[in-house]
Amino acid sequence: MSTRIRESRGQEMVLTAAVAIVIVLLSLLPMLRLIKEIVAPGGTLSAVAIKAGLASPATWIATWHTLVVGIGGTLLAVLSGTLVAVLVTLTDIRARSAMVLCYVMPLMIAPQVTALAWLQLFGPASPFLKLFGAAPPLGTRNPLYSTSGIILLLGVQYGPLVFLLVRAGLRKLPRELIEAARAGGAGWFTVLVTIVLPLMTPSIMAAAALAFVSCVGNFGIPAFLGIPANYLVLPTLIYQKLAGGGPAVLGETAFLSVLIGIIAMAGILAQEIMSRRRDYRISSTSLSAEPYELGRWRPAVQAGMWLLIIVVLFLPLFGLVLTSLVPGYGIALTAKTATFDNYRFVLFEHDAASRAFFNSFWLSIAAAFFAVLVAVPIGYLIAWGKQRWVRLLNLSVELPYALPGVVLAIASLLMFLRPIPLTGIQLYNTVWIILYAYLARFLVLALRPTISGYHQIDRALEEAAQVAGAGLFTRMRTIIFPLVAPAAIAGGLLIFMTALSELTVSALLWSSGSETIGVVMFSFEQGGDSNYAAAMSVITVAVTFVLMLVTNLLAPYLPTGVLPWRD
Amino acid sequence: MARLSLDNVTKSFANFDAVKDVSIDVADGEFLAVLGPSGCGKTTLLRLVAGFEKVTSGEIRIGNEVVSGKGGSVAPEKRRVGIVFQNYALWPHMTVAENIGYSLKVAKLDKAVARRKVEDALALVNLQGLGERRPANLSGGQRQRVALARCLVAAPSLVLFDEPLANLDVHLRASMEDEFASFHKRTGTTIVYITHDQAEAMALADRIAVMDDGRLAQLATPRELYHEPANEMVASFISQGILLPADVLSAEQVGHCKIRVLGTELIVRCRPGERPRAGAKICCRSADLDVSPDGPGFDGLVKRVIYQGGSAHIEFTPSTSPDLTLHFEQPDPVVLESGAQARLRIRSGWLIPAAGAAS
Ligand SMILES: Nc1ncnc2c1ncn2[C@@H]1O[C@H](COP(=O)(O)OP(=O)(O)OP(=O)(O)O)[C@@H](O)[C@H]1O
Ligand SMILES: [Mg+2]
Repeated sequence: MSTRIRESRGQEMVLTAAVAIVIVLLSLLPMLRLIKEIVAPGGTLSAVAIKAGLASPATWIATWHTLVVGIGGTLLAVLSGTLVAVLVTLTDIRARSAMVLCYVMPLMIAPQVTALAWLQLFGPASPFLKLFGAAPPLGTRNPLYSTSGIILLLGVQYGPLVFLLVRAGLRKLPRELIEAARAGGAGWFTVLVTIVLPLMTPSIMAAAALAFVSCVGNFGIPAFLGIPANYLVLPTLIYQKLAGGGPAVLGETAFLSVLIGIIAMAGILAQEIMSRRRDYRISSTSLSAEPYELGRWRPAVQAGMWLLIIVVLFLPLFGLVLTSLVPGYGIALTAKTATFDNYRFVLFEHDAASRAFFNSFWLSIAAAFFAVLVAVPIGYLIAWGKQRWVRLLNLSVELPYALPGVVLAIASLLMFLRPIPLTGIQLYNTVWIILYAYLARFLVLALRPTISGYHQIDRALEEAAQVAGAGLFTRMRTIIFPLVAPAAIAGGLLIFMTALSELTVSALLWSSGSETIGVVMFSFEQGGDSNYAAAMSVITVAVTFVLMLVTNLLAPYLPTGVLPWRD
Repeated sequence: MARLSLDNVTKSFANFDAVKDVSIDVADGEFLAVLGPSGCGKTTLLRLVAGFEKVTSGEIRIGNEVVSGKGGSVAPEKRRVGIVFQNYALWPHMTVAENIGYSLKVAKLDKAVARRKVEDALALVNLQGLGERRPANLSGGQRQRVALARCLVAAPSLVLFDEPLANLDVHLRASMEDEFASFHKRTGTTIVYITHDQAEAMALADRIAVMDDGRLAQLATPRELYHEPANEMVASFISQGILLPADVLSAEQVGHCKIRVLGTELIVRCRPGERPRAGAKICCRSADLDVSPDGPGFDGLVKRVIYQGGSAHIEFTPSTSPDLTLHFEQPDPVVLESGAQARLRIRSGWLIPAAGAAS
C-alpha cells in the first residue's frame, strides 16, 4: 500500500516539477533577466541605465505620445464597445450572431493589417476612392498619419475586446434588477444610466484596463501610422533604436520596455482601485433580461449597427483587396489593370516573402502544438490542484501576455544574446528565439480555454479512473486529455491565428533568414510597396477566416466563451 | 388601490403554453394568493400583470384601464405596480435609502419630500436608522423588508409578491407573514401574492387561486378550497386529500347525496344539482377516517406505519381494490400495525364535481 501511495505521489511531483520548469523558463526567467538589466547592468547594482533613460528627451516625448494614444484609444474602444454590447444584448435587434461575428472580427485581424487596410482606404493612391474619382491628388498626406488616426484605429481594433467583456457582464445581470427599476417607474434610458451601467462598472473597468494595456503595447498601428509622421510611441521608439543601434543599445531599450510595462501595470492598478470603491457584487443569479423592444426605432438602430460594421470591417478589407489587385502605386483599378501579380510575387518570387510564409506557418504550428501539450497539465494543476500556489502559477503564465509584447521581446533578446551557458547553443539571430517568445507569450491563449474546459468536467470521471487503478499519467492520457482536448485545441487554433501575422515580437527578434509574415509586410509598406503588403495581408486574413470556420466545427464540444466570435 | 382583472389570458413561449386561458378578478383591496406546484406558471402570471411579458391572447385590466390586450401593452413603468421579488433584487451599488427612494427620484419628486417618504417607508418596515447601509450588509429578512419598502414608497395601486419568503428560514417567515398581514390591513392595498407554501397562502389570503400546468384549477376562499375542492388536482394538492373512486347513487338533496365507495354506502357533501353517475371521485381527509374494528366499513391491509411523533403516517390497501393505496395520518394512540388487517370507516367526504361542470 505504501509503495502505491509513494508511486502516485511521485507522479504528481514529476508533473508539478515539469510544469514549474516550463513556467520558470517561459515566464519568470525573462522577467527577472529584464529587471536585472535595469538595476544591475553589467552585473553590479547601479542606476546608470535608469538615469540615462530618464535624461533622454526622446523618452519623455514617446511616453507622452504613448499615454495620449493609449488613453484616447481606450476611451474610443470603451465607448464603442459598451454601446454595441448594450444594443446587442439588451434590445431586440435582429441577426445578433452575425452582428457579433462581424463586430468581433477585427480582433482576429493583426493590427498592422488593420492599419494597412485603413491606409489603403484613405490615401491618395486609394484604389477605393479612385473608383469614384474621389482620391486626393498624389502627394497629399494620408489623414491617418496622425495622432487621431492612431487613436481611431486603436479604438477600432480594441472596441471588440471591450464589447466581449461587457457583453459577458450584461448576460449575467439578473433581470429582476432591471425589472424592479421599471416597476419603480423608470424608463429604459433611466434604467440604463442609473442601474445597468453602474452595475457594469466592474466589467467596463476591467475591459478598459485590458484595452489600455493593449493600446499602450500595440506596435503595428503606431508603426504604420506614426513612423511616417515621425510620431513615436514607446514600442516604435524601441524598434527604431534597435534597428539603428543593434545589441549595443539593448540596455537603453530595456529601460524603455520596463517603462511600458510600468505604464500598463499602472492602468491595471487604477482599475483595481476604481472598482473597489463601491459594492457591485451581484449575489443572485437569474435569467437575463427580456430584450427591450426598440419598436419603430429598430430599423434605424439596425441600419446604424450594420453601417458601423461596414465601416470598421468590410470597407477596410475591401480596400485591402483592391490594393492587392493593383499593379503599382497610384494606378487606378480597372478590369484591365487588375492583376494577381502581387500574389504571385509574394508567394513565389520574392525570397524573403516566401520564406516568411514558411517561417510563420511553422512557428505558429509549433507554438500552438506545444502550448496545447503544456496547457493540459498546467490547467490540471490550476483547475483541480489543491495547492495554494496555483494562483501564482496562473499569474505567472498570464504575465507575458498581459505585458506588452515589446517587453517580452527585449527580455528574450537579453536572455539569448549570448550563447546559453553550459551548452553553447546560440539562439540569437535564429528563428528559435522567435519560437521561444511565441511560446512564452501565447501559452495563456491555450491555457484559458483549457481551464474553463476543466471546470466543465465532472471530476468524478477522473476519480472513477483513479479508483480503477490508473496512475496520474495514465489518467492524463486516457481520460483527461480526451475530455479537455476540444478546449485545448481551440486554444491552439487561437494561437495559430494570432501568431501567424504577429509583428510586435518578431519585429524586434527577426534576422535575415528568420523573417515572419508580419516583418516582411512591414518592410514592404516601409519601402512603399503597399501592393505587396496588401497581398500578404489578404492571404493571412483569408487563412484566419478559414481557420475560424474550421474552429467553429469544434464549437459544440467547447465551453461557452472560448471562441470570441461565437455568440 | 385598484381592481385587477384577467380575462382569458394565455401566454405562450415558442409553442409551449406557460399560462392557459386564465380568468381572475381581484377586488379592490383584496389579498389574493396564487398557489401551485413548481413550474405551473405562477411567476409568468405575475410578470404578465407587471407588464414584463406580453400576453399572447386575452386581456388584463388594472383599475379601469386595459394594460395588456389586443391593442398593445402599457409599459411596466407606466403601470404603477409594486413588485417584490423572491431574490429581493436590491441594487448593490446603492444604499438602502437610495434603493427605497429610487422611484421617487425617477419621478423627480422634491428632495425633502422624497427624504421624508423614505424615512416613513423605513419606519413602516421597522428599519429606522439603516438607510445608509448597503444591501450586502443586511440579513435576509432585512433585505426582504427593504424590498417591501421600496415597492411601497410609491404608493402603488397594486402590489405583486413573487414567493417573497421562500429564501427565509422558518422563524423569520412567520414574523414576516405577520408583517405582510398587518401591512395589508393598514393600507388596504390590492395584493397578488405568489407562493407554493399552502400554509402561507391560507394564513394570508382572502382568496386563493390554485394553478396547475398553466391553468387556473380553482379560485376560492381558503375554507372552500379545503372543504370543497373543484377537481382532483386541488383535492390532492391541498392538505394531501385522499381520493377514492365512487358511484353516485342519489341526486343531490340539501347539499348531500348518497354514494357507494369501496363497497360501502355513504352520505357525502356535494354541489347542488348532482345526479347519479358512475366513475365519480370523492375527497376525504384523515380526520374523516375512523378505525372501526367491528362497525360498518371496509377491510384491508395496513402496508406501512411510519411513526412521526404525535401521529403516524399510514399506508392502507383496501381488499376490494388491491391496486389502490390510501395515505392518511392517524393521531396517537396509534392502534394500526404494519402487516395487520384492519377495518376502516369513512365518516364523510366531498363529492368532486364532474370535470367540465361549471363552478
Ligand atoms: N422566458 C421563458 N421562455 C420559455 N419558457 C419559459 C420562460 N419563462 C418561463 N417559462 C416556462 O414556463 C413555465 C412556467 O414558469 P414559471 O416561472 O411561471 O413557473 P412558476 O410557477 O413560477 O415555478 P416556480 O414555483 O418554480 O417558481 C415553466 O415550464 C418555464 O420553463
Ligand atoms: Mg416562480
